[in-house]
Amino acid sequence: MADEVTLLDFWASPFGIRVRIALAEKGVKYEYSEQNLKNKSALLLQMNPVYKKIPTLIHNGRSVCESLIIVQYVDDAWKANAPFLPSDPHQRAQTRFWADFIDKKVFEITKKIWTAKGEELEGAKKDFIECLKLLEGELGEKPYFGGENLGYVDVAFVPFYCWFYAYETCGKFSIEAECPKIIAWAKRCMKKESVSRSLEDPKKVYEFVLELRKRLGVD
Amino acid sequence: MDERKYNMAEEVKVFSTWASPFALRVIWALKLKGVEFDTVHEDLINKSPLLLQYNPIHKKVPVLVHDGKVICESLVILEYIDETWKQNPLLPEDPHQKANARFWAKFGDDKVMQSIGGGVLLKEGKEQEEGFAASMEHLKYLEDEIRGKKFFGGETIGLADIALGWLAHYLDIVEEIVGLRLIDQEKFPSLAAWKQEFANAPIIRENWPDRDKLVTKYVAMREANLGKGTPK
Repeated sequence: MADEVTLLDFWASPFGIRVRIALAEKGVKYEYSEQNLKNKSALLLQMNPVYKKIPTLIHNGRSVCESLIIVQYVDDAWKANAPFLPSDPHQRAQTRFWADFIDKKVFEITKKIWTAKGEELEGAKKDFIECLKLLEGELGEKPYFGGENLGYVDVAFVPFYCWFYAYETCGKFSIEAECPKIIAWAKRCMKKESVSRSLEDPKKVYEFVLELRKRLGVD
Repeated sequence: MDERKYNMAEEVKVFSTWASPFALRVIWALKLKGVEFDTVHEDLINKSPLLLQYNPIHKKVPVLVHDGKVICESLVILEYIDETWKQNPLLPEDPHQKANARFWAKFGDDKVMQSIGGGVLLKEGKEQEEGFAASMEHLKYLEDEIRGKKFFGGETIGLADIALGWLAHYLDIVEEIVGLRLIDQEKFPSLAAWKQEFANAPIIRENWPDRDKLVTKYVAMREANLGKGTPK
């Protein structure tokens, strides 16, 4: 029986991009379904009744929600190649810790960078750079967070790279100047087809952020 | 000649506080699996240098140290425990069921705890009403999920039960302090039944923190939070 896989997603979402990378790494054929978040489809509401959010993965009729849970699911369901998580339990815990750190700390801060002004913005920029430095520490001399290959933390974090231009332009700062290792890592990831095909054009993302800022009354 | 017996026992330490529902998850999981461990009691106002060394990023409990390996964040620790000690598994093998368990555990932390802890316990007036309404919505999702099952994990306690387990003790205390019933037997019969089942399960029932101490602590937290909001 052929697998039926559908991804309900929104083009600019870094969380959706995580899942696109994961599916591409595993070579899974799937239907990409762009969702209108201002007018949510019946399918999205049916498949993700609790959060009503993207990404939502539908695999043979059953849905999986929450991007990191989906990425782990993709790793479990398609075990044959490209494991995202190491096999050792302690290393797996470390990996999960850093992905959780990205969701708990990093994401909230990045939202402030493109919505806040003045002191709040300066604080957010400082916090963001601090987080990136911690991530640089975790990366160390490895090519990827996953070691020799893309792993769970790479998949969790690299989608935000296509939003960096928006952060830098809104925040008037250079991420590369402060954290060159992270930029080097991101560029290395972009050499992989699964990543380069999944990330969106940073200029398009920036246009989208400008629209959001207008809608939120920031500008 | 004496035979020297080398101590092959593992060293397992849990850094916790008496009140932390997060640390309690770790204690439950280890006890459910029959793993021996030592507890290091922390005072969050005066954190030990060791805790700060082991968890420099979040500086929180729980922390698990297993033969020198450090793990932080309660849900991450639970998965580590399940992968390291395979008896009495907390997660099913099936990828979709596994994803489902993780989903409900995360929902508990991201939504249920926020609305009940942040919204109902720490607020009053309109803000508390909003917190209450949000909590009702969240509890309804849990009710739908638990219906027809003994535990979220099925016949045995699983990851989601452990993650949501605070509802079976801490919630009673919140309800008493604010004078509101959240898990109403009529509104949420399946969830109310799960609460009883879980609260009275072996091991779980032997490890609840002292009720009176928790009431005192939570009343203080509520008053401190409301006091902060008072205009000068």
